[in-house]
Amino acid sequence: MVDAQVVEKKHKSPWTIILKRLSGNKMGVIGTILILCLVLVAIFAPILEPHSYKEQHIENMNAPPSVNHLLGTDDLGRDMLSRIIRGARISFVVGVLSVAISVLIGVVIGSIAGFYGGVIDTVLTTIADLTWSMPAILIALLLVAIIGAGLESVIIAIGLSYWAQYARLIRGQILSLKSATYIEATRALGASNYVILFKHLIPNSLSPVIVAATIGIGNAIVLEATLGFLGMGAQPPTPSWGAMMSNGTAYLFISPWVIIFPGLAMMITVLGFNLFGDALIDIMDVKNKESI
Amino acid sequence: MAFLEVKDLEVEFQVDKKPVIPLKGISFEMNEGEVLGIVGETGSGKSLTAHAIMGLSAMSGGKIRGSVKFAGQSLLDLSEKAMQSIRGSQIAFIPQNPMTSLDPVYRVGDQIMEGLLNHADLSKSKAKQQVLDIMEKLNIPKAEHVFQQYPHELSGGLKQRIVIAMGLCANPRLLIADEPTTALDVTVQAQIVRLFKEITVSKGIGLLLITHDLGVIAQICDKVAVMYAGNLVELARIESLFGSPRHPYTQALLNCIPSIGMKQGSLAAIYGNVPSATDCPDGCPFHPRCPHSFSTCESTMPTLIQIEGGAKVACHLYQENQE
Amino acid sequence: MWTYVVRRTLLLIPIFFIISVVVFALIHMVPGDPIDSLLGPGSTAADRVELTAAYGLDKSLPVQYVVWLKKFLTGDMGQSIIEKQPVLDMLVYNAPFTVRLGLASLFISFFVGIFLGIISSAAKNTFIDYISMIIALLGVTVPAFWLGLILMLIFSVTLGWFPVSGSGSLSALVLPAVTVGLGGAGLIARITRVSMLEMFNKDFVLLLYAKGLSKPAIIFRHIFRNALMPIITIFGLRLGWILGGAVTIEIVFSRPGVGSMLLSALYRRDYPVVQASLIALTMAVIIGAFIADIMYAYADPRVRDAYK
Repeated sequence: MVDAQVVEKKHKSPWTIILKRLSGNKMGVIGTILILCLVLVAIFAPILEPHSYKEQHIENMNAPPSVNHLLGTDDLGRDMLSRIIRGARISFVVGVLSVAISVLIGVVIGSIAGFYGGVIDTVLTTIADLTWSMPAILIALLLVAIIGAGLESVIIAIGLSYWAQYARLIRGQILSLKSATYIEATRALGASNYVILFKHLIPNSLSPVIVAATIGIGNAIVLEATLGFLGMGAQPPTPSWGAMMSNGTAYLFISPWVIIFPGLAMMITVLGFNLFGDALIDIMDVKNKESI
Repeated sequence: MAFLEVKDLEVEFQVDKKPVIPLKGISFEMNEGEVLGIVGETGSGKSLTAHAIMGLSAMSGGKIRGSVKFAGQSLLDLSEKAMQSIRGSQIAFIPQNPMTSLDPVYRVGDQIMEGLLNHADLSKSKAKQQVLDIMEKLNIPKAEHVFQQYPHELSGGLKQRIVIAMGLCANPRLLIADEPTTALDVTVQAQIVRLFKEITVSKGIGLLLITHDLGVIAQICDKVAVMYAGNLVELARIESLFGSPRHPYTQALLNCIPSIGMKQGSLAAIYGNVPSATDCPDGCPFHPRCPHSFSTCESTMPTLIQIEGGAKVACHLYQENQE
Repeated sequence: MWTYVVRRTLLLIPIFFIISVVVFALIHMVPGDPIDSLLGPGSTAADRVELTAAYGLDKSLPVQYVVWLKKFLTGDMGQSIIEKQPVLDMLVYNAPFTVRLGLASLFISFFVGIFLGIISSAAKNTFIDYISMIIALLGVTVPAFWLGLILMLIFSVTLGWFPVSGSGSLSALVLPAVTVGLGGAGLIARITRVSMLEMFNKDFVLLLYAKGLSKPAIIFRHIFRNALMPIITIFGLRLGWILGGAVTIEIVFSRPGVGSMLLSALYRRDYPVVQASLIALTMAVIIGAFIADIMYAYADPRVRDAYK
């Protein structure tokens, strides 16, 4: 069975290898294309939107999809397509920023726990495990209730809800690397804790974190929408997909397109992050796949 | 007709959408009850030969070509279903690593029984009795107790015996053992090798023994096939191979065995490494490491030919003599 | 084994304390005052002081916590400030709805998830694999409430098969349970696929083939049985996910339950209710993880031995 893997000759840069393997992974390619689409739409939103995303036309409210308004209009007569295009920006920003917060907290706590061990590890790990087993929506709800509604606080609350997963991943990686021969060799050569932690352990622990973060962006986008639905998300007139959907709930039976299309946009986007992340698991040969 | 006849056996894998052929058309024959050793370094294609004969390479996505005739049947032409009824009953397999070759969540006794019940129409109690008999024959102490244990509760030596019991329980006619002793302590190794010899001789079971240990070969084999980089380079009776090795690789291999009374520093090593399946040199794959290589070796692949004394060898040194 | 169960059970006690302290502290960080929503128009400052004292909100936080904890341990979870009834009664009324929804969605998650996971691992990198993984992913790519609303639109409004809301009949449970269950199914399908694929490469599988077993026998009797272990573990850890879905779905289908109780209390700053329902949900998650742990030890002889 091993014989098939004997190969992989000649030294190429890790990026070339990753790109090459990605191109061989159909699901990964689809995921990449979907993410690229989102990024492009987010960047060029003002050019792409056929109408103004905030201009209201009360005379044309809750209009079904038509040639002029491909995805219909909402309860204030605003063009849904334009709002969804605008919303891509918000979703992208919410996803990336909140995951950045989670990863930052997670990496700090996880590496401290894994590197120092002992009582510090026990305490931090217990906290992380408890947090990880909680429904993120409950944590985020409570946090938004404390810091107040709005896009910024939603980003912070989501960031604070998801850190534990990254802490667990980093800790596990560092624990297994700590006893690796090359780390012991580095230590024997007189490297300081600082050098070992920042130059060796953390950089070499990042690949599962990168994978988890990719999928995590999708989760964060979904959580933002759920918070919006529960009235704790971005406030109108912010054209976030979550806010649009929660706004559409009231008109579900009158103008279902107001809620269907933002949901589909979200489905495609989050699917992109998930497919890409899943492909990364194979490509980067991540261990501990279950905890991602 | 020979009992086992392997002809031009080749296995191809797809790596990064390119074909890689780690086993390049090997041929050999084996008579009923004979013990044939296959020896070679890691990556020479020994295990792959075993997997290919049993049709297991297909499980990992390999394409098998050539022909394998076993007791008059052409194995590669059989359906998967027909092959399943031969695997484990007529041809049994003993894997490379007994430590990880047992399912961790079932009792070992049940695992041995599973294979038996799969092939023979037996009642559970009869099957259990048969398994216990084999376990006792293999000198497993307190067989009743071990039967009820889980793999993680057993020592390496015991697991090895369990795996052997699995292979023997259905009374196979051919046993293929893939490095059955590498995972074991040296003392246990000797025991297991002796055990193999006893069983195969007493029951007349053919044994295809794959190993990189020439010491093991010397102890129990009748014939030896030497493999190098996916090719069979020499096939000879054991006396002939140890007495007058023909292929330069075999000679080098034999020079690597230390013996008592040897002068210090006289133990030779073979310079260089076995080429991988993806960048095999042209011509004879051994030529870059061969002390006798000449121009023909770099361009033409030698074929396996019969030479005087009954041995077969794939080397231009001997082909030249013939012409 | 039993000592392990006892030890794990005892560990629930400190966990309960940690959770109660954290929840208590967090809730009191929420700005706004429940007294505001109680005071009618035209009430005076004296009314406010009186009401605040009546609910014990004038004391320092640690004191309030100790008072609350003492009562909690005797089964008195306090009075709802808004609803004016014992919190315990509210919990007792609402919990069965959430439990029913939770169990039904768990069943769906497992059934659908394991089915999809096995199929796609056995047909790795084929069309079937891609399709079932995309189906599995759909549950996690959209918010549960959206999926619920869409299902409602299709099956209640258009087809009229199930009621739009309510909680009385079994048919009212179908759509909410399917909604929550699909989210969990995606998670379980992915774990199943990954851990099955991992198992396919194990040495012992080669020997199973060599024993002449058929592919279905190998997949179901051996590979799945081994893959079940990580599924149980991860499942225990991510139980909260499924419960989180249940919380929002109760709102979508206007079902009674701990989730809708929690949310309406949160909007109105009804501290005692928020506290009790948060603790109830949290403890449910932790006890679920605990049960998964015991099941895990039961399913794997190696783990069982380690706990002897």
